[in-house]
Amino acid sequence: MSLAGYEFEVQRDDGLATEEMTLNMGPQHPSTHGVLRFVVKADGEIMRTALPDIGYLHRSIEKISEKVGYHGFMPYTDRVDYVSAMQCNQGWAMVCERAAGIEVPRRGEFCRVIACELGRIASHLLSVGTMVMDIGGMTPFTHAIREREKVNNLLEDLCGARLTFNYMRIGGVAWDLPPGYTEQVTAFLDQFEPLIDEYNDLISYNKIYVERLANVAAVSKEEAINYNLVGPNLRGCGFQYDVRRDEPYSIYPELDFEVPVGTGEVGTLGDCFDRYMVRIKELKESCKIVRQCLEMIPDGPVLARVAKKLKPPVGDAHVRVEASRGDMGWYVVSDGSEFPYRTKIRTGSFSAMSIVDKLSRGLMIADLIALIASLDVVAPEVDR
Amino acid sequence: MQSFIDGLIASGVFGGLPAEAIYPAMMFLFASIVVFGFVLPLVTITIWLERRVWSRIQSRVGPNRVGPQGVLQGLADGVKNILKEDVVPDAADRPLFVFAPYLLVWGFLATFVVIPFSSALVIADLNVGILYIVAIVALSAVGVLMAGWASNNKWSLLGGIRSAAQVVSYEIPAGLALLPVVLLTGTLSTQGIIQAQGWAPWDWFLFHSPFTFIAAFAFYISALAETNRTPFDIPEAESELVAGFATEYSGFRFALFFLAEWGSLYVTGAIMAVLFLGGWQIPTGWTNNTVVLNIAQLTVFFLKAYFWVFLAMWIRATLPRIRVDQMMSLCWKYLVPLGFVNLVGTAVWMVIWPEGNTFVPYLMVVGTLALLVIFFRRVLYHLRRAKPELYFNPAI
Amino acid sequence: MDFVTFFALAIPLVVVAVMVIAHPSPVYSALFLVMTLFLLAVYFLFLNAHMVAALQIIVYAGAIMVLFLFVIMLLNLQSDTLRTQRHGLGRVAIIGGVILLAELGLLLQGSSSELAESSLPENFGTVEALGSQLFTKYLLPFEITGILLLVAVVGAVVLAKR
Repeated sequence: MSLAGYEFEVQRDDGLATEEMTLNMGPQHPSTHGVLRFVVKADGEIMRTALPDIGYLHRSIEKISEKVGYHGFMPYTDRVDYVSAMQCNQGWAMVCERAAGIEVPRRGEFCRVIACELGRIASHLLSVGTMVMDIGGMTPFTHAIREREKVNNLLEDLCGARLTFNYMRIGGVAWDLPPGYTEQVTAFLDQFEPLIDEYNDLISYNKIYVERLANVAAVSKEEAINYNLVGPNLRGCGFQYDVRRDEPYSIYPELDFEVPVGTGEVGTLGDCFDRYMVRIKELKESCKIVRQCLEMIPDGPVLARVAKKLKPPVGDAHVRVEASRGDMGWYVVSDGSEFPYRTKIRTGSFSAMSIVDKLSRGLMIADLIALIASLDVVAPEVDR
Repeated sequence: MQSFIDGLIASGVFGGLPAEAIYPAMMFLFASIVVFGFVLPLVTITIWLERRVWSRIQSRVGPNRVGPQGVLQGLADGVKNILKEDVVPDAADRPLFVFAPYLLVWGFLATFVVIPFSSALVIADLNVGILYIVAIVALSAVGVLMAGWASNNKWSLLGGIRSAAQVVSYEIPAGLALLPVVLLTGTLSTQGIIQAQGWAPWDWFLFHSPFTFIAAFAFYISALAETNRTPFDIPEAESELVAGFATEYSGFRFALFFLAEWGSLYVTGAIMAVLFLGGWQIPTGWTNNTVVLNIAQLTVFFLKAYFWVFLAMWIRATLPRIRVDQMMSLCWKYLVPLGFVNLVGTAVWMVIWPEGNTFVPYLMVVGTLALLVIFFRRVLYHLRRAKPELYFNPAI
Repeated sequence: MDFVTFFALAIPLVVVAVMVIAHPSPVYSALFLVMTLFLLAVYFLFLNAHMVAALQIIVYAGAIMVLFLFVIMLLNLQSDTLRTQRHGLGRVAIIGGVILLAELGLLLQGSSSELAESSLPENFGTVEALGSQLFTKYLLPFEITGILLLVAVVGAVVLAKR
């Protein structure tokens, strides 16, 4: 994006001249959550606009799928949203299974859900931790990262990787749970669940923190739907929508969990604090889901027999998964060959970015940081 | 000190050199000794302490490799910074860019002139000591603005402007919070203020009346804001302004900014100790040796100053950052009116009890102690039920 | 104040004062003005007027000049834009300067050298002396100045709110 047209503008209304300052926030900026860039036009501390630069991090992931085949694309899905790669794995696996009509073994589904929910815990911990850090509190971040480290250890036990998992396969998962895994995870959950309350004691209701987030960048329900916000950002506006509940997939219909929504407890409904609080509450729900899965998990195989050169019949398939950043759409068109004809991924961060420009008007520069953090934007997921 | 130099001149050490040349030269020599022998280690230790305290609060270990317990970490960082390339951006205004860090460091070094470390250890007991400190701190805003503007970077400029606005605004509540003490003592000299207090807590101005108690904390908050500490670290908010006015600086000049920042943190603690905690006052009569007495006074003074420094570290590790408009409204809507209330309240108090109320200080000391006990009991309770493993061993 | 100290301060003071008007960049001019005010404060210090020196730095060098710098930096004034906007003030300035010099010369002739020799009162330059003078002898000017500043504050708020 060229900066032409965003140079100095002198407004002359009612005699007092003000000059807008164009600030280039990012791509190398400490708080932009990856390689994200905003062109901010500010009048002193107050922003006129903040235009996100979408496309800077484009890596043509969708195009790659057309060259590497169905199985071979699995590691690339890790890179769509590297903060919570499990759900991306699941999305790709599910869309391929739907296109090819593959049935996943029941134990495989449970493994998937356990992995996904652990991944969600890790992702939300990073999100709330960096959010507090963006607001200026350093200690809660280290506490969140400490717990995330434990989740990463668990996921490493599961699949050998800590960030880009490549755990799932079309037709199930790559490996069964390692021996003693149930006890390990239960021990972690026992230790972790009280810490969520401790986290709330530590920072969530801190006076300064609440003052910084309450009433900042509030999104109404209608606005959120018009701008296609999904996931915690949508639920933060008080709209109860969760793919796991409303368009169930995998074994989610059998599980008992709640869909937390924003309540506007400290300010307007749908402000930054509500989005933050929804994530905190989802941590608890994820813990609940993992516990249920560990209890209900049946014996059996984890991977169905799938052809090495998978050739789904001609046609297309679409699935939605509830990723950490919300409703993630996966669409694949098959022409009957072993390579997808076209793949499309629709992510939550992308739609969250589109509302930034609108919300940022009239906010202060410091509020933009809170806004980006509360939308939980992951830069590579925006551009794919 | 002047008499010491006069003695040297009289003894003929300098030969026939004119006294006008000897005085500045000797002043320069003494200043160098003070800076390199006292201030630099002090700042290094403060930085090390901050990092250790901070890491303990965050359940980390912190620097513990360089020297015993990592005390020499600051030295290692200093060496690293000096060896780094000193980058001056092409578009920067070179003279101002180069000069600004020195102005800031000079600003905090100059405050050491009036800080009385013991009854004898004070460089100059100016009769406007407290005003002098306020003046020097006010000048440091110019240095920050200079650094911000000369970097020719919008983030730097924003940081510089935020910082200057902050310093200029918080000077007023800070000045107002000083006034009750000045009213009580009738002097601006730092030694005079300390001599008006006693060694016992109920003789401190902190517990003199409720008004001075509030004034102490109002001053502390304002001082935190003037030294850009959390929750007022808005000028160098790394998540908003990258590094504020220090964004374009590197190497030695960056180290100078650090030096100034942590140096002024200690100065804040020292001023708090002077004004409200009785400075170097200790019980007298147990020794006649002036050297021992002065060392004891020095120790007491350092402990009191570092109490406030520690508090600032704790605050920094705990609280998030407030926004610019919130900072301004805190200053003008709360602290400034509070300062006036304190001022008038202290004046009324002095009219009612010209010699000071004898009962209230004891009551306040007891109340504060009770609060502290309750506080530490709660801390202990939370430590016991804390789930994650904590590092209780301070020797790690 | 002896001969050497006087000139050690006076020469830099005059140089920086000239630089205030001679330097093309407005930011530098403002910074030189800060330096001028600071050196003036040092003068006050040598004249035993400690209080005035401290106030000079707090109010002028610290607060007022910082606000000046604020405005200059935010407006990002370029040196050449000011050059072109002189509006023929140069001649007026020269005439004013000549008149000022003449006045100073007259004053210098009229002043007696004995004044500098006379010893200072005991509490000269202290806060008490300054305060009692302000609140007794100069009470009316003091209060009028206060009202003037109040009007300025109200005016600034009104302008900013408009």
